Amino acid sequence: MSSRKPSNSRQQADEVTSSVATTAVTEQEASDLLTAEELHAEHEQRKEDQKGRIEATDRELLLHLLYQMVLIRRFEEKAAEAYSLGKIGGFCHLYIGQEAVAVGAISAIRPDDYVITSYRDHGHALAKGMSAEEIMAELYGKAGGCSAGKGGSMHLFDASVNFLGGHAIVGGQIPLATGIAFATKYRNEDKVTLCFFGEAAVNQGSFNESLNMAQLWKLPCVYICENNQYGMGTSLARAMSLQDIARKACAYGMASEFVDGMDVLAVREATLRAVERARTESLPTLLEVRTYRYMGHSMSDPGNYRTRAEIERYQQRDPIKLLSASMREKGLLDDETMKQIEQRVHEEIERAVRFAEESPLPAPEELYTDVYANPIKS
Amino acid sequence: MPLITMREALNQALREEMRRDESVFLMGEEVGAYEGAYKVSRGLLAEFGPKRVIDTPISELGFAGLGVGAAMVGLRPVIEFMTFNFSILATDQIINSAAKMLYMSGGQFKIPIVFRGPNGSAYQVSSQHSQALESWYAHFPGLKVVMPSTPADAKGLLKSAIRDDDPVIFMEQERMYGMKGEVPEDEDFIIPLGVADIKREGTDVTIVARSLMVPVALRAAEELEKEGISCEVIDPRTIRPLDIETIVNSVKKTNRVVIAEESHPFCGVGAEISAEIIERAFDYLDAPPRRVSGADAPMPYAKNLEALAIPDVQRIVAAVREVTYTA
Repeated sequence: MSSRKPSNSRQQADEVTSSVATTAVTEQEASDLLTAEELHAEHEQRKEDQKGRIEATDRELLLHLLYQMVLIRRFEEKAAEAYSLGKIGGFCHLYIGQEAVAVGAISAIRPDDYVITSYRDHGHALAKGMSAEEIMAELYGKAGGCSAGKGGSMHLFDASVNFLGGHAIVGGQIPLATGIAFATKYRNEDKVTLCFFGEAAVNQGSFNESLNMAQLWKLPCVYICENNQYGMGTSLARAMSLQDIARKACAYGMASEFVDGMDVLAVREATLRAVERARTESLPTLLEVRTYRYMGHSMSDPGNYRTRAEIERYQQRDPIKLLSASMREKGLLDDETMKQIEQRVHEEIERAVRFAEESPLPAPEELYTDVYANPIKS
Repeated sequence: MPLITMREALNQALREEMRRDESVFLMGEEVGAYEGAYKVSRGLLAEFGPKRVIDTPISELGFAGLGVGAAMVGLRPVIEFMTFNFSILATDQIINSAAKMLYMSGGQFKIPIVFRGPNGSAYQVSSQHSQALESWYAHFPGLKVVMPSTPADAKGLLKSAIRDDDPVIFMEQERMYGMKGEVPEDEDFIIPLGVADIKREGTDVTIVARSLMVPVALRAAEELEKEGISCEVIDPRTIRPLDIETIVNSVKKTNRVVIAEESHPFCGVGAEISAEIIERAFDYLDAPPRRVSGADAPMPYAKNLEALAIPDVQRIVAAVREVTYTA
């Protein structure tokens, strides 16, 4: 089993064996995964791995990454609470557990670079610099929401920070990202597009068609597969014949990397490499970032396809815990600073909720606005 | 005015708009080196180069979505489907992405894109290559649907479609690519979307026809004139938004209407036009609206069966006789 643990973020795709079966449906299978001792050893190993990166990273940046991950975690907890109170409706897919992916990857790009993702989009939107107020108001279906209350949780957009959504058909954003990258190249801009999607999207035709064209036409796009190991309630092992997703890049002759998605610095470093390749050589990259979602697929998911024990095991590899523990060991974080981070996050979330509560509902006439950019009366 | 074919008119529109605006590009299967499966893009690769005339892999979903993404950040793609039958693979990107992006982003991302290619029947290409899909696309708010019936309309409407800031489904007809007509050479010649054209004035019956059915309806009108029945032939040209006012005004004058279409009847555009007429001009009708549609069956291969599946002059004439009670 040890050869397949996603502990070494620098491990290249080709080195990963193809006997992947990290997903677990039953307690028996879950217990086959990692013992408590193995898990502890892995956690220690990860801290070791991270130490070098911590030393090489500016403290202000580390604190920023930590802040963003805590912000996303608390935002999502608040969203879950508001959902259970009936303040948020529809589908609501939480990002808890996966924070290191959006935060690490988006920390590697410029503000004028583009980000596009799936319906599990709150974390990416926050990491790209969208206001928590406008995101929360959107979840509340209010006029002050980033999409004017018309998109909801799955369709967050903000043109001012080049956040291009929030797309709710699995894999639908992958051709869109390819087109955004096509447009930047067409105009000789040096912007890079980050395209996030879950591992289940890899089974869609849109993934194959897009990656083929991206490599064929040398488009500056970084495809970031967030492998949280479940497509809704179906484990990767039950849905994918070849489960080492990074290896699929060889079908297109594309560069790829396997990344530890619980280590925000590993995600950042891998993305920096991919972004460099995109910006200077105009070449795409496929990153497989192994992560885990603690919550259900959506708020209505009872989660009976996996065990509590499995979730708890992954929670011991928590990305926020991992970074804060490593920083503490290096003397870069103390209780007081952590408290301040939590306090600042708390205030930001409270402001967001207040803004969402106070924002008016969309006016009835908004039902028919923005259907067409050039409406023609008929 | 020069007499040119529909394919030349479309080619002129593409060429002129690509010259006019650097952000316009053409992408699709065989549009470049092959110069288009129906030669609509003849000479464009030579003039604009491979950056702007792009041959794609056979990946309809992928390149349709690529076009929508490029449009999100300000390019104006023209995506050619070799035929609209193949657009069925791309409907996710057309309907879920292009049609809804502006709305679900609260007005932030407009999608100025044209999806174009031949729609409807060709010659004995059987079930999977003969479909008229306008009612599919016209169903969705956010899309505009255009179906020209003359070379001049094709040029003027395609230029409008490319300049429009919304996704436009531009449906040509394979049987009509060689059809000739007078076309203005003026580069500023455009025809606004959403405006119907009265192709022939008349007083006794209104025939609403689009695309391939327009020349068929005009021939039917000629035949009926010999019997003293005066037909007004209206081509909506744009299916969505539909210029229902022009149609209804005509019906208020003639009190009778026949709707000719190549597509299947069920849930079709003809059904929609019929419903609109009934809602808006019921009291003016002297006979129930009558549809003449393609067969409610997949398109057969056999030549005789194919001919039966597509409305012809005789079927339109018969329908006009029915609504005028002259059968």
